[in-house]
Amino acid sequence: MNEILKLTVSELSEKLASRELSSVELTQAYLDRIDKTEETIGAYITVCGETALKSAAEIDTRRVAGEKLSALAGIPVGIKDNMCTRGLKTTCASRMLENFVPPYDATVVEKLNAVGAVTLGKLNMDEFAMGSTTENSYFKKTHNPRGVDRVPGGSSGGSAAAVAADEAPYTLGSDTGGSIRQPAAFCGVVGMKPTYGSVSRWGLIAFASSLDQIGPLTKNVRDNAIILNAIMGHDSRDATSVDREYTDCTFGLDLGVAKMRIGIPEEFFGEGINEEVKAAVLNAAKLFEKLGAATVPVSMKTISHALPAYYVISSAEASSNLARFDGVRYGYRSEKYDDIVDLYKNSRSEGFGAEVKRRIMLGTFALSSGYYDAYYKKALQVRTLVMNDFSKIFETCDFILSPVAPTVAYKLGEKSSNPLEMYMGDIYTVPVNIAGIPSLSLPCGTDSNGMPIGMQLIGKAFDEATLYRAANAYETETGCYHLSREK
Amino acid sequence: MNFIKDYEIVCGLEVHVELATKTKIFCSCPTTFGAEPNTQCCPVCTGMPGTLPVLNRQVVDYAIKAGLATNCTIAKYSKEDRKNYFYPDLPKAYQISQYDLPLCEHGWLEIETDKGTKKIGITRIHIEEDAGKLIHDDEHGTMIDCNRCGVPLIEIVSEPDIRTAEEAVAYVKKLRAIIMYTGISDCKMNEGSLRCDVNLSVHKKGEPFGTRTEMKNINSFTFIQKAIEYEYKRQVEAIEAGETIVQETRRYDSAANKTFSMRKKEDANDYRYFPDPDLPPIIMTDKAIDELNRSIPQLPDSRKADYIEKYGLSAHDAEMLINQKPIADYFEAAARLTEYPKLLANMMISELFALLPPDSDEVKIPIDGAHMAAIATMSGEGTINSSTAKKLLRTIYEQDDDPVRIVKEQNLAQISDPVILQQYVDEAIAADPKSVAAYKAGKTAAAKAIMGKIMAKTGGKGNPVKLDELLTAALNKQ
Repeated sequence: MNEILKLTVSELSEKLASRELSSVELTQAYLDRIDKTEETIGAYITVCGETALKSAAEIDTRRVAGEKLSALAGIPVGIKDNMCTRGLKTTCASRMLENFVPPYDATVVEKLNAVGAVTLGKLNMDEFAMGSTTENSYFKKTHNPRGVDRVPGGSSGGSAAAVAADEAPYTLGSDTGGSIRQPAAFCGVVGMKPTYGSVSRWGLIAFASSLDQIGPLTKNVRDNAIILNAIMGHDSRDATSVDREYTDCTFGLDLGVAKMRIGIPEEFFGEGINEEVKAAVLNAAKLFEKLGAATVPVSMKTISHALPAYYVISSAEASSNLARFDGVRYGYRSEKYDDIVDLYKNSRSEGFGAEVKRRIMLGTFALSSGYYDAYYKKALQVRTLVMNDFSKIFETCDFILSPVAPTVAYKLGEKSSNPLEMYMGDIYTVPVNIAGIPSLSLPCGTDSNGMPIGMQLIGKAFDEATLYRAANAYETETGCYHLSREK
Repeated sequence: MNFIKDYEIVCGLEVHVELATKTKIFCSCPTTFGAEPNTQCCPVCTGMPGTLPVLNRQVVDYAIKAGLATNCTIAKYSKEDRKNYFYPDLPKAYQISQYDLPLCEHGWLEIETDKGTKKIGITRIHIEEDAGKLIHDDEHGTMIDCNRCGVPLIEIVSEPDIRTAEEAVAYVKKLRAIIMYTGISDCKMNEGSLRCDVNLSVHKKGEPFGTRTEMKNINSFTFIQKAIEYEYKRQVEAIEAGETIVQETRRYDSAANKTFSMRKKEDANDYRYFPDPDLPPIIMTDKAIDELNRSIPQLPDSRKADYIEKYGLSAHDAEMLINQKPIADYFEAAARLTEYPKLLANMMISELFALLPPDSDEVKIPIDGAHMAAIATMSGEGTINSSTAKKLLRTIYEQDDDPVRIVKEQNLAQISDPVILQQYVDEAIAADPKSVAAYKAGKTAAAKAIMGKIMAKTGGKGNPVKLDELLTAALNKQ
C-alpha cells in the first residue's frame, strides 16, 4: 500500500507545508486507493475525483506562490452524504434525494473549504441517518474493512469504513443516537460526537434536530481534535449553535490522566453485553488507573428509560423533519398520481425505504392528539432525568468510561430483519445525545475474531479537551489501533 | 322572521396581521408585497433540506407591542411550535407557530356600540409564519409562489364576546387602528395584510352556547358584516327547521353573499403540535418589555379621551375620528387652526366621510387641513351657513382651493342683515297667500314651504336661524 495513506492528518500537514508532498499527489493517492478498494468496501456514494484534483492543484499553486496556508489545506476529506455540498449531489442515501444537488454548502463544508480541504466525495450511510448498519442505504451496502462480511455500523458507516480502509485520511459523520461512535467502534477508528450546539447544523439534512450533531472520524486522537477545532464554533445560521468561547481541543493533549477521576457506571456493563466487549473496556479502565487516574463506580439508573425516550423523541422530530420530502418542489416524485394527495402518498411511499417509513409512522403516532402526553411529553421528562443523572456523576468525575455498543460488528443481514434488536444496540450511545454532552469513541482492543472493540469517553458539555487528553494518554500507551494494524 | 329576535349571536374573531418588518421571520428575504413570483425567497423560506430557521427578533418586538397596546400580559418564557400538515403552499409541511405558550395573553380592547362602550376580550396573540400562495391557471395548472412563505404574522384571537355584526366590524376597526398606531403593520385588507376568520354560533339567551362554525379569510369590513348576518340567519333557520349545526369550516362567497361548507370537524387535521427543536425558547426580561412599552406612541383610546375632554365630542364621534390614524392626525392638525373643533368634527364625520371611498386601506384626504379648518371657522362665525359649508366642502373635495377666497369671489357669505332678510320674508308671504292660509289653518308645515322658497331666493345664503325668527313673527302677525 502507498505509504502516504498511512500518514495522519498532522503528519500530512507537515509534509505538505515542507512541500515534500503535493496535494495533487496526496489526492491522487487517495483516489487510486478508492478506485482499488471501493468494490469490496462501498464507502462512497459519490466520488468527485476531477473537482478534488482541481482544488488540490489550486492549493498547490497557492502554496508554491508562498501563501501561508492552514494546517488542513490540501488534505482530502470524505463527507457523509447528509451534509449539503454546493453543486455536488447530496442524497441522504435515499431514493427521495437521488438527484438532489444543493445550491448551498453546510457550514462544516464551508469551513473546511475555507481552509483548503479537498473533498473526495460523499459517503454512504443509512437512509436519512436512520439505522445502525448502513444497510438501509438505497444505493449500496458498505462492508466493514476489518471483516468484509460484517457491517461497518451506522448510520455513518461510510464515514468510518472510509477511514478504516484508508479511503480518506479523515471524514465527517453525524451522530443522532450513536451514528459516529458505533461505526467508529465497529471499524476501529476514532469518532467524536461533540457537545450539542458546538458544531453548526446548518446544511445537515435533519433527522432529529434536537439530537443531531456533526463530528469527525479519524485514524487517531490527535487528528480528531485538530478536525473538531476546524469545524466547531458559533454559527448565526443555526439558532441552536452556542455562542461562547471555544477552547482549543488539542490543549493539554499530552498532559496525561494523572489525578483524573473516571466514572464507571455499572448499568453500562449489565445484561446483554458481550463478555469480550465488557472485558476490553474494563481492561482499559485498569490501564487508566495504571496511568494515574482513579476509577469510581457510579450509577446511571435512567439508562433503561433513555432508549425508549430516544426512539420517541428522534422519531417524532423525524416525522416532522421529513415531511418536506413531498415530491412537490424537489426530490423524487412518483409518476403515478391523479391529485395532490396521491402525489404525496405515492412519492413518499416509493421514495422512502422501510426503516424511514417505520420511524415516520412511529413519530407521527407519538405526536398524535391524545398520545402526545403519554409519549413525547414523557420522553422529554425522561430527557431531564437523564441529564440530571449525568450532572450528578460529573460532580465527582472528569469523564465516564463505557462500552460504545454491546457487541462488535455483526454479519451483514444478521439483524436487519429485527429492528428492535438493532435498536437495543444503541443503548449505551443514546443517553449521550439525549443529554447533549460530548463523547469520544476509541478502539480498546479486539475480540477473538480480531474485530475491533470500542469504548466511549463521555464528558461534560464543552469539555471535549478532557476527553481528547485522556484518550490520547490511552492511545499513546497502547499504540493507535488503526495505525499499528497497518504496520 | 319573527323567531330571529330570540336568538343571539356568539362570535369570536381570529385576526391575522402581517407585520411590517423589512425581512421575513426566519430568514433575511424581503417582505415587500407584489414582487414577481418566487423572486423573494431563499432555501430557508422554501424549506430546502438542511436549512434552519433563525428568529427575526423584530417580529417578537412587534408582537409584544401589539400585546402591550391591547392590554395583554407578556410572557417571559415563550416558545415556537410546529403545526404539521401537508399542503403545497407550505414547503416544510409544517408551519412554525406558537401553541400553548403564546407571547401575549389576557388582553382586551374597547369598542363603541349603540348601547355604549363595550370591552372585547383578547385571548392571545402569537407569532407565526405565513404560507405561500397557490396560483391556479388553466394553461399551467396550479403553481406555487413562495414570496409570502415566511412573512411574519401575528394571530390575534378574541374571546367570544361579540354579539352583533356591527360589534365585529367595530372590533376589527379598533384592532386595526391600534395596530396601525403602533406602526407594526400597514393592515392593508386588500393586500391580505389583515385577514379575518369569524367563529360564530347562535343560541337563545339564557341557554348554553350553540355549535360554532368558522368562516375563513374574510377581507373587508363589508364582508365581515354580511358574512355574519348571513351565517346568523342560516344557523337560526337551520335550528328552527330542526337541523343540527355541525362544527365545520365554511367559506364565505362574497359574490353570492352565502357561506359554503368546506370541511367538517372530523376531516380536520391533527396538527401534531410539538416544540420546534430548531428554535430556542423566547425569553423576555422586564426591562426589555418596559422598553418596548415606552416605544409605543399615543394609542387610539387615549386620543379618543382627549377629543371628548378637549373638544366636547361624543364617544361615538371621537371613535369615528380615531379609527384611522391619518384621519385622527388630520383632525388634530386642522383643529388647531379653528376655534370650532366640534363643528370641524361634525363636518368630517357627516360630510367628508361620505365622500371618502368605503373600506379603503390608505386614507388620503384631498383637502388641505387649513382649508377644512377655514370652513369650520366661517361656519362657526356665521360667515356662511351650513348648506354653503356642505357645498364648499364638496367643491374643494373635487378641487382643493382656499374656501375663504371662494366665498369672497362667489359672494357666498351668509345674509344676516335683518333689514335685507325682512324684505325676503315680506316678498315671500305676499307671493304665497295659499301657504299663509294653510299656516293660519294650523298646518305649521306650510311655513317650511315658504322658508324653502325664501332660501332659494337668497341663493341658499340666508341665515336660517334669523330667517326662521322673522318668518315666524311675520306669519303670526298675519
